[in-house]
This record gives sequence, structure tokens and C-alpha cells, in this order.
Amino acid sequence: MPLISLRNVTKSFPPGRRGEPLVHAIDNVSLDIEAGEIYGIIGYSGAGKSTLVRLINALEKATSGEIIVDGQQVTNVPDRQLRTLRLDIGMIFQQFNLFSAKTVWNNVAYPLRVAGRTRDEIQARVTELLDFVGLADKASNYPEQLSGGQKQRVGIARALATSPKILLADEATSALDPETTHEVLRLLRRVNEELGITIVVITHEMDVIQTLATKVAVMDSGRIVEQGDVFDVFSNPREASSQRFVSTVVRGIPAPDELAALRERHRGRIVTFSFRDGDSSQASVFLELAAAGIEFELVYGGINDIRGRAFGHLTLALTGADSVIDATLHHMAGRITVKELA
Amino acid sequence: MEDLIPLTPQLWEATYETLYIVGLSLLFGGLGGLLLGIGLYTTRAGSILGNRAVFGTLNIIVNIFRPIPFIIFLAAAQPLARAVTGTGIGNSAIIFTLSLAAAFGISRIVEQNLLTVQPGVIEAARSVGAGRLRIILTILIPEALGPLILGFTFIFVALVDMSAVAGYVGGGGLGNFAIQYGYRQFNPVVTWAAVIVIILLVQAVQLLGNVLARKVLRR
Ligand SMILES: Nc1ncnc2c1ncn2[C@@H]1O[C@H](COP(=O)(O)OP(=O)(O)OP(=O)(O)O)[C@@H](O)[C@H]1O
Ligand SMILES: [Mg+2]
Repeated sequence: MPLISLRNVTKSFPPGRRGEPLVHAIDNVSLDIEAGEIYGIIGYSGAGKSTLVRLINALEKATSGEIIVDGQQVTNVPDRQLRTLRLDIGMIFQQFNLFSAKTVWNNVAYPLRVAGRTRDEIQARVTELLDFVGLADKASNYPEQLSGGQKQRVGIARALATSPKILLADEATSALDPETTHEVLRLLRRVNEELGITIVVITHEMDVIQTLATKVAVMDSGRIVEQGDVFDVFSNPREASSQRFVSTVVRGIPAPDELAALRERHRGRIVTFSFRDGDSSQASVFLELAAAGIEFELVYGGINDIRGRAFGHLTLALTGADSVIDATLHHMAGRITVKELA
Repeated sequence: MEDLIPLTPQLWEATYETLYIVGLSLLFGGLGGLLLGIGLYTTRAGSILGNRAVFGTLNIIVNIFRPIPFIIFLAAAQPLARAVTGTGIGNSAIIFTLSLAAAFGISRIVEQNLLTVQPGVIEAARSVGAGRLRIILTILIPEALGPLILGFTFIFVALVDMSAVAGYVGGGGLGNFAIQYGYRQFNPVVTWAAVIVIILLVQAVQLLGNVLARKVLRR
């Protein structure tokens, strides 16, 4: 059974102004997230990503549909029960949302106090968590005395305090510079691998998905338009909005204006070869072209690596007899994806 | 000057009385204002107890009573003061009326300061399973404590002012002292003595408020 399961979930907000239609922030979404996954949710601003995660820990109540977390119904349960549910779900935020009147120590201790743990338990757990996020020496500092990356590490320690099964990360790295982003992403990876916590990451940055997630859902206007293994979605995005996101990190097939520029600089026929691991290797393609006496030049593209699996698009300019090129490409077509650019 | 010296015991007595009236009014009015302010903040649409009807009612009540000039409020609230304290004049009635007026004033200050707390911080507290009362007591108030202390300091100063006005209509304290021994006896030195004590009092409390707020805000 999936750890988090959404069935036909809808969330509507009353309109900002009277007389306007309802805002359908989440529109009939079904989604399963298995234990141990790092599930990425990507989409443009206003797509409904934050609303979707806030439904999971019931910070928002669904308008219709069913949400089940760890075998427990989240929709239509009394507040008291929701609060116990939330002990099982940690959350971190873009703006960190640390308690500015409390020290780092007391920020991390807060969920434990809410959960009614004893002093000794709190003492031991906070020490352990600050060690885990590498901030043992900052225990008595206040949030404003920390850098952005340190603040988010405190946020992570606080979210993990009650040993939740699930961590929700809403744009957790969007306010950080690239280097700090990677530091926080590495920490989240450890949270997943060492502690076995299932993570739901929301982002509008594709490289966050690329470095962290195992599964991804692409959201657009309150709907999930595509979901699957990160590798599959990256190497072969089907929907237009997925393709736009993928193109921000994958140097794939040249856009029309880029193609025009390529034509000006290179002779011959322009052909894109798309590789996915498991397909024939690049070496065999190059050998075959050479053996047929076709002259080739690499003009565009790149190879990407997602958790040890490679894929990519290489665009070559081929010169030689047309009939030979046609035959060779035809011969390869069954093993890799070949596309001649008109 | 020689007129003042024999009045020194009365001046001390009046100072003590002002502190007593203002102190108790700040205590009762402060508590009432804090509750009313928290009520306004939490029942606002989208807040933790969002409730349009309750918010609307509180909002109208505060809007009606807060702008009434204190001297008129004092007269208008006299029947109520008599009903509650058993007497329409004297310090108890004054403390009652001052507390009421202060509560309305403080409620807005409290509401405004609570509104400066980042909603995300409240959301973080909700996300770890904290209940509403706990959020109010352990997150909301501590997060807004610095400006709240300054707000209460401001109200203390206003209460000293209002208590002096009340002295005019039968309350004790420095206002009464200035009128009885200074103004009515054509003795400006005595009036000024009361003014100086008030200034010193206000300065001392303002300083205390500033120091406390700075400590809480760590700057
Ligand atoms: N409390 C609310 N009241 C009314 N409308 C809301 C509320 N919260 C969200 N919405 C609307 O729901 C839609 C989805 O918002 P949401 O915050 O989930 O988007 P998002 O994908 O997280 O965007 P971003 O990347 O900017 O954070 C938006 O149109 C937004 O205006
Ligand atoms: Mg969002």
C-alpha cells in the first residue's frame, strides 16, 4: 500500500472578489507515493504545488476526494486527530519559518514539547538532531544570527524532531544560492537514505528534481499532467509543459532558431540521435557512420546523468551520399531514436 | 517655593495614588486589551480561528468605543462604573473606567503587532501539531513581544495622562493634586511640581519599556 495516496482530490478556494468563479487550485488529482521515495512535484507558479502538499498534512482541507497517509484517513477527521497525524509528517519551507523569538535549540525542541516528551527525551533528541544537521555549535544562537543554509538546516532538524515518516519540502532551496542549495539537497538525500524518510519535494527548479528525486509529477493549472520515474520523464517528456521544464536542464533537440543558426555554420544533413541507457552505445553509432564513409561533426547536444543512468541527445551534421546516409540511418532506427531535422 | 514644602507629603501621596490607579488600570486594561486584541487577530478571515461574525462584532465594538474622548467616556461610563464598583466616583470607579478605555486602545495595538508576525511561522507551528491556544501562548505572543512591550509602554503614558484628567472629576493622584493645591490656590509652583513628577514618571517608564523591548528584540 502506498504511504501517501490521493484519490480524485479537489481543492477550491473562494474567489478573491465577489462574483468571480471559484479558484480550482487542485483539480481532480490522484497520486500515490510509496514509502522511501523522494517524490518531486514541479510546476510553474500558481500550478497548485503548495496547496497539494498542504493537503497532505491537512493544513488545508480538501474540498472533495480522499487522502490517506500511512493507512490513516486525513479528510474529514477531527482536529485533535489531525494533530497526532502531523507528528508523523515534518514540513520545511522556502522562508524557513523559524521561530525568531526562540534559540536554535528551542526551535528544534518545540515539536517535542508539543508532543509531550519528557525533558530527558527532549535533551537527547535535540542533541542528536543538531549533530545530524551539523549545527551543534549553534544551539544557543537565534535564527537571525544564521546564514540561509544554516536556517534551513535548523528547519530540517525541527521537521525531523518527532521522527516523522514523511518530510514535506515546499521550495526548500528556492531562497538559497546554488552552492547552499546543493548542501541542503545533500542533507535531504541523507535524510532519505540514512533515516528512511519519504520526502515530497516541491520546486520550480528542474535541477532540484534531477539531483534529488526518484519520481516526479508535473503540475499545470491544478492538475498532474505527467508523472513517473525521473529518468523516464527527463529522457522522454510527453506533455508540453514537461518538455519546457526538461529543456531548462537538458540540452536536447535544438529549437527552430538554433537550428537555423546551425544550418548557416554547417554543411550537410542535420540529424539528432537520442540515447537512453540500454540503447546502443554512442560508440557503435559513430563506428557505423564511419564505416559507411559518412563524414560527421557534433554540432549540438549533451549527455545527462540521472543517478547513474545516462541519456542524451546528440545532433550531428552528416555529409556523404544521400542514399548511403538514408540506408545507414534506417539501419540504426530500430536500436536508437533517430530524427532528421527538416 | 515655600508654599510647596508643606505640601510634600500630599505630593508623595498623590504620586503613590497615580501609580496605584495607573498600575491597576494597566493591569486590568492590559489584560482585557490583550484578550480583545488576540480575539481580533485570531478571528480575522484566514487566521487560526477565522470567524467573520465574531470578528465583525469585535471590530465594530472597538471602532465605536476607542475614539470617544476620555473625558466624555468618563461621564458616559459612570452608570456602568457605579453598577460594577458600587460607586460612581472615587478611585475604584476611575480605575474601572480607565481599564475599560485602555482595553479598547490596547486591543488595536495588540492586533497590529500580532499582524506583523509572519503567517509562515504560525503555519510551521501548526505543521508540528500545535493547537490554537498553544500557538497563541508559545508562538504568537513571544514573536510579537518586543513591539507589544513598546505598545504597553505607550499605553502607560496615555494612562498617566488620562488619570490626570480623571483627577479633575474626583479621582485622586497628581492631576487632582495639581488642581486642588496649584490651580485653585493660584500657585503655579505647586502645579509645576506635579508636572515635573509626571514627566519623571513617564521618562522612567519609557526608559524601562525601551530597555525591555531592546532586550527582547536583541538589538
Ligand atoms: N488561501 C487561498 N485562498 C485563495 N486562493 C488560494 C489560496 N491558496 C492558494 N490559492 C490559489 O490557488 C492556486 C494555487 O496556489 P499554490 O500556492 O498552490 O501554487 P504554487 O504552485 O505553490 O505556486 P508558487 O510556485 O508560486 O508557490 C493559485 O491560483 C492561488 O492563487
Ligand atoms: Mg508554492
